[in-house]
Amino acid sequence: MNHLPLIIKREYLTKVKNKSFLIMTILSPVIMIALIAVVAYLSQLNSNSERHISVLDESGVLSPVLEDTENIKYSILEQVSLDEAKQIVEEQENYGLLYVEEHTDANAISKGIKFYSKESPSITLISDLENKLERRLTDLNLEREGVDVKKIKSASIRVAIEQESFEGEKTSKIDSIIKLAFGGAAGYLLFMFIIIYGNMIMRSVIEEKTSRIIEVIISSVKPVQLMLGKIIGTSLAGITQFVIWIVLGGVLLTLVSAIFGLDLMQSQMPQEEIMNQAMNNSDMAMEMQNIMVAFYNLPITNLIFAFILFFIGGYLLYSSLYAAIGAAVDNETDTQQFLLPILMPLILAVYIGIFTVIEDPHGTVSTVFSFIPFTSPVVMLMRIPFGVPIWQQALSLILLLGTFMFTVWFAAKIYRVGILMYGKKPSYKELIKWIKY
Amino acid sequence: MVNLLEAHAVSKKFGDFTALNNVSIAVPKGSIFGLLGPNGAGKTTLIRVINQITMPDTGHVILDNEPLQTHHIKDIGYLPEERGLYKSMKVGEQALYLAQLKGLSKQEAKTRLKYWFDRLEIGDWWNKKIQELSKGMAQKIQFVVTVLHNPKLLIFDEPFSGFDPINANLIKDEILRLKNEGATVIFSTHRMESVEELCDHIALIHQSNKILDGKLTDIKKQFKTNTFEVGIRTNDEAALQKEMADRFVVSPANFKTIEDELKLNVKLSNNASPNDLLRYLTSKGEVSHFVELVPSANDIFIQAVKNS
Repeated sequence: MNHLPLIIKREYLTKVKNKSFLIMTILSPVIMIALIAVVAYLSQLNSNSERHISVLDESGVLSPVLEDTENIKYSILEQVSLDEAKQIVEEQENYGLLYVEEHTDANAISKGIKFYSKESPSITLISDLENKLERRLTDLNLEREGVDVKKIKSASIRVAIEQESFEGEKTSKIDSIIKLAFGGAAGYLLFMFIIIYGNMIMRSVIEEKTSRIIEVIISSVKPVQLMLGKIIGTSLAGITQFVIWIVLGGVLLTLVSAIFGLDLMQSQMPQEEIMNQAMNNSDMAMEMQNIMVAFYNLPITNLIFAFILFFIGGYLLYSSLYAAIGAAVDNETDTQQFLLPILMPLILAVYIGIFTVIEDPHGTVSTVFSFIPFTSPVVMLMRIPFGVPIWQQALSLILLLGTFMFTVWFAAKIYRVGILMYGKKPSYKELIKWIKY
Repeated sequence: MVNLLEAHAVSKKFGDFTALNNVSIAVPKGSIFGLLGPNGAGKTTLIRVINQITMPDTGHVILDNEPLQTHHIKDIGYLPEERGLYKSMKVGEQALYLAQLKGLSKQEAKTRLKYWFDRLEIGDWWNKKIQELSKGMAQKIQFVVTVLHNPKLLIFDEPFSGFDPINANLIKDEILRLKNEGATVIFSTHRMESVEELCDHIALIHQSNKILDGKLTDIKKQFKTNTFEVGIRTNDEAALQKEMADRFVVSPANFKTIEDELKLNVKLSNNASPNDLLRYLTSKGEVSHFVELVPSANDIFIQAVKNS
């Protein structure tokens, strides 16, 4: 008798009908969006505040470069002493006072610049000022040496190295970033999925043990069937939750940005300003184009297939272990010592993915760890956007599948014995013994 | 008599611990079979072997003339000692689920559940969650789920624990009714008075070994010691007691009567007839009480465990 569909259905329905599941599913995206909106609103509030800075420039060469911007207004003070200037600034409740000592030599001037303020000033503001003044003073130095600054500016050249694989596939820096983002997102998604729904499986096994229904059930079905039904049913509930989150999140994001106008877009303005400083407008357009090209350059088909296969493989591998842990213990507090060895490789995988794949996606470390079954799902998913030979992917999958079979067998053994054991927390030694029962 | 279930030389070890050592039992069709033994004797392991939850290391089990197979699951109804239900699931849904796991179709399960719920007057619990019910109420549901698929073999492990006397009686009557309708029952318990009341066959397991089995009446015959409880009225009790002590093996007896009389347990030699004793007694006084002492299941249990 095959009861698997029945078990899956029950597991799925009890999870989905559960009140806390419903609340989590609906509330999570709402909270997330609300959080994003609040953060966006707050950062906007911050950058919107106007800052008045008084400038007392005794050298007379620096004040011309200080042009008002949207958020910073400069007022140039003349014919006052430093003490008077400080008083004025305090009375007017200005943000601060920029003071430049009287020198003629650019090097000397650079050493005599001070910023007075009531509270310590924002770092970005200071470094912004420093940048501006540095450029001006450098130019002054150059001019004094008889160098034509205009010529230097027109002679300066930007280099963007075009990358191309031997197969003729073009890549660029943006390409790498897009690839990293894709790989990282896939790997991280798997990581989160394993932790959240692995725990859910574990709890549901423990629940069956503590409610003592387990023996009634396994007199009707094989423990392995029950375990697989649990894993699959819970996963389906998880996928349902994810899909709802994505849909709900998308809808809410559109709604919120519609209500608050372009607020969300505007909050990204400072970043764009920085980009603007680094490149002019035609570069921007190029860059946008590059992003699009990079996106189309991704091995999309490979990515989708690999994502599905590695996701399923990796998830089942870990969730069977979670089920085994649930069966081995009586309550959730006892799970800690068994969870650690499971979480270690998982966290290791994410770190390896983040640190070594960025550095060198085809280096020894990332290649090796993309074969080791416990880290391969995460690491391989992060590597694939950079183009991994099919044979490597296939080998890694075969290894993963083999290990998965082994862990399911192993977990089923533990599960079969563990679900009927009550009372004491087993040691690792006892777990090994159970395998022989 | 035909046996519904036979276990042949079943052994099971857990690591170094032997849970069952060469245990064989035969459960006749239509009987109520008491599986007895102290805590940790191996009863539950044997029951789990019959339910195919645990695989025996050696030995095999025959059910209805066939080696035990997966499809036999639907022929067995099992109420474990450690029993429970999903706390947050509704009674009806849960009962349906468990019935379907036993191979009933959803429709069939619904019809039968309705019948049983009406019968036990628990129909209005259908939409309640288990956590809203008392322990005894939940036990009733478990009982219904166990018997719902009309199994040939019913296995009850301590079925009466958790029931109040009224409900325990109700369940007992249901078990007897099911037996009369043709079911065979294996009954594992410590409560000897229910063994006395229900079982016609027993097996006693002690420290992983079966130390006794057979028809309860046969076992009682085997364990009786030809001892009689005697009450006699006479003028000189002391003289009579002394005289009897010379002729028989006697010990003071303790039973309740309305008369004031001499009360003794008289043990006869194995081939002596009680009629001779009775004749002797009537010549000495007025016999008000004369009963053969038949060992209770409890006595047999204690004695067998002690002897082994």
